[in-house]
Amino acid sequence: MSQNFRLENIGLIDRNRKISFKFNGKIYYGYEGDTLASALLANGVHLVGRSFKYHRPRGFFGAGVDEPYAMVQLYRNGETEPNIKATEQELFEGLEATSVNCWPSVNFDIGAINNFLKIFLPAGFYYKTFMWPKSFWYKVYEPFIRKAAGLGVVSTKHDNERYEHKYEYCDLLITGSGPSGLASAYAAAKNGARVILAEDKARFGGTLLTSEVNIGNKSGKEWADGIISELKEMPNVVVKNRSQVFGYYDHNMLVMTERISDHLPKTKKFHPKQRLWYIRAKEVLISSGSIERPIVFGNNDTPGVMLSSAAKEYIKVYGVIVGKNPLIFTNNDSGYETAIEFKKNGIDTLILDTRKDPKSEIVQEAKNLGISIKFSYVVVAAKGYKKVKSADIAKISDDKEQLGKIENVKCDCICVSGFWTPTIHLASQSGNKTKFNEKIDAFVPGVSKQKETTIGAANGIYTLDETLKSSFETGHKLSKQIMNNDNKVSFPNVVEKKSTVHDKFWCVPLPKGKNYKRFLDFQNDVAVSDIEIALKEGYRSIEHVKRYTTLGMATDQGKTSNLNGLQLVSKIENKVVPAVGHTTFRPPYTPISIGAIVGREVGKHSKPTRKSPMHSWHEKNNAVFVDAGVWLRPRYYKQGDENLFEGSKREAKNVRTNVGVCDVTTLGKIDIKGPDAAELLNRVYTNAWLKLPVGKARYGVMLREDGIVMDDGTTTRISENHYHMTTTTAQAANVLSHLEYYLQLVWPELNVNVVSTTEQWAGAAIAGPKSRDLLQKLFPKSDVSNEGLPFMGYLEGDLFGVKARIFRISFSGELAYEVNVESNNGNFMWEKIIEVGQEFKIQPYGTEALSTLRIEMGHVAGSELDGRTIPYDNSLEGLVSKKKDFIGKRSLSRKAFTAEDRQKVVGVVPLDKKTSIPEGSHLVKDSNAQLPNPKLGYISASCWSVEHDNPFSLAILKNGKNMIGEKLFVMSPLKNKVIPVEIVSSHYVDPKGERVRS
Amino acid sequence: MLHIKCPHCGMRSQNEFSYGGDASVKRPELNKEVSDLEWDNFVYNRKSLRGKHWELWQHLSGCRQWIKVERDTATHEIFKTLKADQEIS
Repeated sequence: MSQNFRLENIGLIDRNRKISFKFNGKIYYGYEGDTLASALLANGVHLVGRSFKYHRPRGFFGAGVDEPYAMVQLYRNGETEPNIKATEQELFEGLEATSVNCWPSVNFDIGAINNFLKIFLPAGFYYKTFMWPKSFWYKVYEPFIRKAAGLGVVSTKHDNERYEHKYEYCDLLITGSGPSGLASAYAAAKNGARVILAEDKARFGGTLLTSEVNIGNKSGKEWADGIISELKEMPNVVVKNRSQVFGYYDHNMLVMTERISDHLPKTKKFHPKQRLWYIRAKEVLISSGSIERPIVFGNNDTPGVMLSSAAKEYIKVYGVIVGKNPLIFTNNDSGYETAIEFKKNGIDTLILDTRKDPKSEIVQEAKNLGISIKFSYVVVAAKGYKKVKSADIAKISDDKEQLGKIENVKCDCICVSGFWTPTIHLASQSGNKTKFNEKIDAFVPGVSKQKETTIGAANGIYTLDETLKSSFETGHKLSKQIMNNDNKVSFPNVVEKKSTVHDKFWCVPLPKGKNYKRFLDFQNDVAVSDIEIALKEGYRSIEHVKRYTTLGMATDQGKTSNLNGLQLVSKIENKVVPAVGHTTFRPPYTPISIGAIVGREVGKHSKPTRKSPMHSWHEKNNAVFVDAGVWLRPRYYKQGDENLFEGSKREAKNVRTNVGVCDVTTLGKIDIKGPDAAELLNRVYTNAWLKLPVGKARYGVMLREDGIVMDDGTTTRISENHYHMTTTTAQAANVLSHLEYYLQLVWPELNVNVVSTTEQWAGAAIAGPKSRDLLQKLFPKSDVSNEGLPFMGYLEGDLFGVKARIFRISFSGELAYEVNVESNNGNFMWEKIIEVGQEFKIQPYGTEALSTLRIEMGHVAGSELDGRTIPYDNSLEGLVSKKKDFIGKRSLSRKAFTAEDRQKVVGVVPLDKKTSIPEGSHLVKDSNAQLPNPKLGYISASCWSVEHDNPFSLAILKNGKNMIGEKLFVMSPLKNKVIPVEIVSSHYVDPKGERVRS
Repeated sequence: MLHIKCPHCGMRSQNEFSYGGDASVKRPELNKEVSDLEWDNFVYNRKSLRGKHWELWQHLSGCRQWIKVERDTATHEIFKTLKADQEIS
C-alpha cells in the first residue's frame, strides 16, 4: 500500500526511515516519527473501530490525548495491550494493531444492528431494561452486556515487562511544554529553581509546532527547540517527554507516567517499560493548554469528521492530509488556519463559518488566498456510512434557530472547530473551584487551592504574546519566591496573526423531519437526544445526568464532550452554564497501565522476604517453607515421599519421645532497659512483674485497653535493669509501637528504653525428654540440671566458644529450652545442636509440628488470641492480677466479659477418633436443627494428636467451662461435613504440666 | 499522600508514618476509680470531627517517635506538629 495521503515537503517525520506495520492483518508503511494514527491516515485508512453502544463505524477525531475513539489492541514483542490510543502510539518497526469492539471485523460488525435498533437503546436503557427478573442479571444480562460493550482484550499472561517507581522533589513542576510551559520553565530555571518540565507527547513545543508565529525572529518550532536544548543542558532542570502528569494529590504531590519504551519495538535490556514518578513540588505550573471542542451536528461521528486542529497537526507534524476535498466547519478563526495549511499544500477547501461577517487578519489571509468561504453556514449532517462522502449544509438564521434550504456538497472529510476548552483537570483535582469565563464559553481555574498556578491556554489565554509574557512573569515570580534570586530573562518579540471573536454557537438544530444522531460523547455514544430524555425523566443535577447517560464517563473522561453536554443542559434547563456547573474531575487524567501503578512490587518483590540465619541449612535439608508474615519458616523437613501430614507427625512424635529442634528466630524480641523497666512490664502485662528475680523468665499476657488479648510471650530479667521480651512473630511490630506509645505519650516519666532486637538474635528451641542431656553436652561448663536451671530459669553459657543465652521455657509442653546466639553465629549454633544431638536421635521440626505440639497441650496461640478474646476465654484468668492495675484491666469488668456463660477454650475430639475436624467449623447442639442453626462456638485450631493418635482440636465455646463431657456436632458447610464430637479439656496432654518441670 | 513535618526529622511523606487516633484523649490514671462512662469515653467514643483535629501519628519508618499533628480532616491541611511531650495549645 502506498502512502497516498502523505505530503512531500512538510512535517517532522524522518522520511529516510520507512517503517512497516500491520493493522487488522494488512501491511502498511509509515515513517519514523509517525503515530499509528498519522501512518494510517497517510494510507487513507479512516475506519479504525466501532462505537461502544451502537457499533457505528468510527475513525480518528483528534491527534493526541483527547482522542475519543481511535483505540486499538496493540501487539508488541509477543505481548498485547488493549485500548491504546492510535493517536498517541508512536510507530515502530513491526508494530501490529487490531480494531477493538467489533466482531467479526471492523468492516462487518454484527453489533452494528444496535445502530438500527437505537430507538430501543435510549439513555438509561440498561438501568431500565435489565432490572427484572433479578436472577437474570448475573446469568444472562451481565455476560451479554460485557461481551457487547467490551473494549480491548486484556492479556492473561504474566507481564514480563519491568515498571519502576521514582520519587522526586522539585521547586517547580511544569505540566506541558507548549509556549506557556517553555516560557515559565525557562524563566524559573534561569533564576536557579529546580524545575521538572513534563511533556505528554514525544515532541516538545505543543502548539508551537503547528502555529504560524514568530518569536524573536524564529519560527515557533525553532524557538521551542532552542529553549529545550538550553534547558536540557542545565543541571537544575529535568526535561521529560512522553510523560503525562495525570494526578494532583494532597500536599502538592503529583504523579506522572513516563512511557520509556512503548515507542520501541521492544524494551531495551535493564530498561523499564514505564516509570511512575511521585513528584512533590513546591509550586506547580499547569500549562496543559486547551483542547478544541467540536460543534454538534447530525452524524458528527462519521469517520472523516475530526477536529480542525487535529487536521492541521497531521499536516504540520506528520505531513499527512486527512482528505483531498476537505470541508471546514468553524465558529472561530482556528478553522481558517487549517484551511490555510491545506491551501499551502495545494488542497482547496470550503469553509463554512457560522459567523455572519468576521473580520480579522486570519480571515483576510484566507480570502486573499482565494479559499471559498460561506458565512452563516452550518453542516447539518455528514453523509456516508464508513467514511464521509458528502455533507448536507444550510444557511442558518441570525438567531441560529432556522435552517435554510439544504444543499449537498461533496467532501471527504469535515474539520470542525467549535473554539477551545482549557484543560483544567489538574487544577480541579487540586481542589481549585473553577469559574466560568464568558469570553471563551468555558471553565477556567479560579482561586488556587494548593500551590498551583495555571498559565497560558489552560487559563483561557489564547494569544501567544499574552501567554508568553504572563508565563515568563509567573515562572520568574515563583522562582524568586522560592530561591530569593532575581535573574530575569529578556522577553522575545512575538509576531502572530490577530484573530477575532468566536461565535457562541455549538449545536446545529435538526432540520424538519430528520432525526440524525448528534453525538456529544463519542466514546460512550451519548447523543443530544439522550440528554434530553434524561432531563425529561427528571434528572436535574449534572452529576446525575452524567451517571444516567454516562456522558463523559468513558476512558477519555469527556475531554471533547463535557462542555457541549453542559451547554445542552443549560439550554434545556434555561440556566446559564455556571449555574449547571461541571462534574468533578478525578485522577487519572488519562488511563494508566496497572503495571505502572504496581511498579516493581510484583510476585516475590511485593513484600520483603525475611529469612533466619539458618535458612540455607533448612533449604539443604529439604525444608518445605511457609510464609509466616514476611518470614519464610520451615513447615516440615521432607523425608522421602512424605507429605505434610506424615512429616509433621513424625517430627512431633520425635519431640515427645526423643528431642527436636525448631528455628524460633522469627519470634519478636524487644530489649528493655532502664530503672523503671519492671514498672513498665507491670503495667503492660496482666500479671505481677515487680518481684521477678534476675535470671528468671516469666510468661505474660498483654491486653489492649478494650480488654482484648493483644499478645503473649515470655520476658526474662537478664540483669537488674535489663529485660529481654519475646513476642509472637505476627505481633512483634505492633507490640513495639504499643510500648513506645505508652512510654512516649502516657507515662513519659518512666525511665525506660525499648528497642527491637528480633534480628540480632538467632533462636533454637530444643524440646523433648532428652533435651537436657543434649543441652549438657552443648554446654559442658554450665550446670543445666533441674536445680541449676529450673523451669523458667535463665543462664548465659558458652557454646563451643560462642556466647549464648539459655532460657528454660517451653511451647511444646515438653522439657524444653531456647538457646539464643548472636545472629551471625546462628548457623554455627544450629549445626552444633544437630551434630551433638545425633546420639539423642534429634530431628529438626517445622511450624506444623510446632502447632501440633502446642495444640494438644492446650497452649493458646494466634488462632485463639485472634483479637476477639479476653484472658478468661483463653483460660488465662489465673494470670490476671487482682491487686495491681494494668493496661485494659478496667475493661475486664464489663458486663459481657464477666457473663457466667462466657466463651472459653475447650478441647474437641471426634467420637469416631478418626475424622479430622476442619478449622473454622461451627459447633452446634443439633445437626438437624432448622437454619440458622444456633452457633455455640468455633474450631480455632486442629491437629492430629501424636500422643493419642487421633484428631484433636481447640475450640472457643460458649459456656465452655461447663461443657466438658458434652456431645456436640461440628458442622462445616464449606467442607460439607457433620462430625459428632465430644468436648474435653483443652489440655489433652500432660494436664498437670509435669513434663516442663521435670 | 500527605507531607508531614516530623518535629524531629523534618518534612516526610505519609508512608513513613502510621496513624494513631485522636491526640486529645487522655488515659485515666492507673489505680483510679473510673466510671463506666468515663472508661467508654476513653476506649471507644470518638467525635469524628470534620475540620481541625489534633491527632497522633508515629514516625514508624523514621525516628519511631509518636507526634501530635493538627490536621483538617476535610482538606488534609496540616497546621502544626508537636513532639509527644508538648501540650496541645
